Amino acid sequence: MKIEEKLFLLRWKHDKRSHISITNPRVCLEVCGTAWKRPCTTFCPANVYAWDGEKIAVSHDNCVECTSCVLGCPYRNIDWKLPRGGFGIEWQHG
Amino acid sequence: MPSEEEFDAIVVGAGPGGVSAALTMARGGLSVVLFERGERPGVKNVMGGVMYGRMLADVVPEFWKTAPMERVVVDERLWLVTAESAVTAGHKHVPHDAGPPNAFTVLRVPFDGWFAQQAEAAGVLLVSGTTVEDVLVDGERVVGVRTGRADGDLRASLVVIADGANSFLVQKAGLGRSLEPNEMALVVKEIIVLPPEVIEERFTLDPGMGATIEVYGVVTRGMAGYGFIYTNRGSLSVGIGALISQFMATRITPWDLLESFKAHPMVAPLLRGGVVREYLAHAIPEGGFRTMPRLFDDGVMVVGDAAMMVNNLHREGSNLAMAAGRMAGETAIQAKRIGDWSARTLAQYRELLEASFVLQDLRKYARLPDLVERRPDLLQLYPELLSEAIHEMLTVDGASKREKQRRILRRLLDRRPWWRILHDAYEGWRAMK
Repeated sequence: MKIEEKLFLLRWKHDKRSHISITNPRVCLEVCGTAWKRPCTTFCPANVYAWDGEKIAVSHDNCVECTSCVLGCPYRNIDWKLPRGGFGIEWQHG
Repeated sequence: MPSEEEFDAIVVGAGPGGVSAALTMARGGLSVVLFERGERPGVKNVMGGVMYGRMLADVVPEFWKTAPMERVVVDERLWLVTAESAVTAGHKHVPHDAGPPNAFTVLRVPFDGWFAQQAEAAGVLLVSGTTVEDVLVDGERVVGVRTGRADGDLRASLVVIADGANSFLVQKAGLGRSLEPNEMALVVKEIIVLPPEVIEERFTLDPGMGATIEVYGVVTRGMAGYGFIYTNRGSLSVGIGALISQFMATRITPWDLLESFKAHPMVAPLLRGGVVREYLAHAIPEGGFRTMPRLFDDGVMVVGDAAMMVNNLHREGSNLAMAAGRMAGETAIQAKRIGDWSARTLAQYRELLEASFVLQDLRKYARLPDLVERRPDLLQLYPELLSEAIHEMLTVDGASKREKQRRILRRLLDRRPWWRILHDAYEGWRAMK
């Protein structure tokens, strides 16, 4: 089962305002690629982070709020905030 | 903003810890607001799925008559697996009819919804759909919270921080540092739907009874962690996790890890024909005792995952949270009685924890997270050696049993010299004694 199919099962209340941003995109481009190969693109369980060749593209609508990226970015370069009240992932079973 | 406190206590987070604290305080006559960032309690919450009866009964006596339990756990199994074999151990029991079940499986959305209702019935004011963004501080003392709502400041004599794993509020209140990726695990799981009768037949269970399987070994692909299969009424909770630091280093994606776990030849037959209903991910505190924040200060206490209260070896967490929540609540009742919410009074919370299994167990295993993180290979090597040894003894190939013992010993010492085995055993004993 692919990750896209897994995410397709989930429900969110999407917020147009993103709760995630990359603090300094130059760190991803110039430092993290060689030193760490941008681990956010592999450890994020919801595939929020993708490398588009120049920068990390953030699909904040996919976020399941596990907070792994807060600790897992080697440069603490992901500014992740709790979604606004009532927004974000809504588990059906838990 | 009125200067006097509008409420005795604010609790942040409607999980097991927060609800236990809120419920205890409300029953003790305190006015309590419970903030929950989800649209309703439960929708943000995930765990493997095993909860313990005793600590819940301390907060909601006779809970088993109304709580949405999935199955009563009567069969707990441990598997040590290699790619093509498993050594299995387990314990089964016949549950007693009266009193709370020792352990039961839950799905957190219905369970937490029910639990929060108990708090509301006791007079707690539940405010859902509201994210608490910061604590309000006056001098050194926590005096309330800032929510994401317009005019969202609220003051109270006490703030109980129960916002879960990777707590932002603990840091904002200056009670703890930011965590490291080797102090937190990432766990993914799926809810796989199967008819109740199929589950009962496959796991050899009576109706309503449940089994748990913890799976160690090759399934985590060299990372420190384990897989699990828990039975719900009409579904299985199937998951696997490892330290975030090891996901970073190995570049294994969590969903691949879960897929390969589900495809393991020992696991796949149990899931056959099941339909995946939900895919979930959550962080689990792994750092243990040494990574706990300060548990109280003037006007504030911390409970549950927010305080790193997880005993991973025994897959206990929600029970520690519920016990801690109750103790925080009892401490608050005392503080209200004498009219002093300073750290001097709230220190009683820490004393209650110290006198209980919560801090005693966390202290007992304080060295374990370090060992697990340094030596994830141990979880791979020894299951393999054990499995090979048993496989050898059970394979009837004409070799004498003495010859087989020699083969096993040779294979063992080829892989690891005897002095290192002794050292591993010593380290293991030291981390768990």
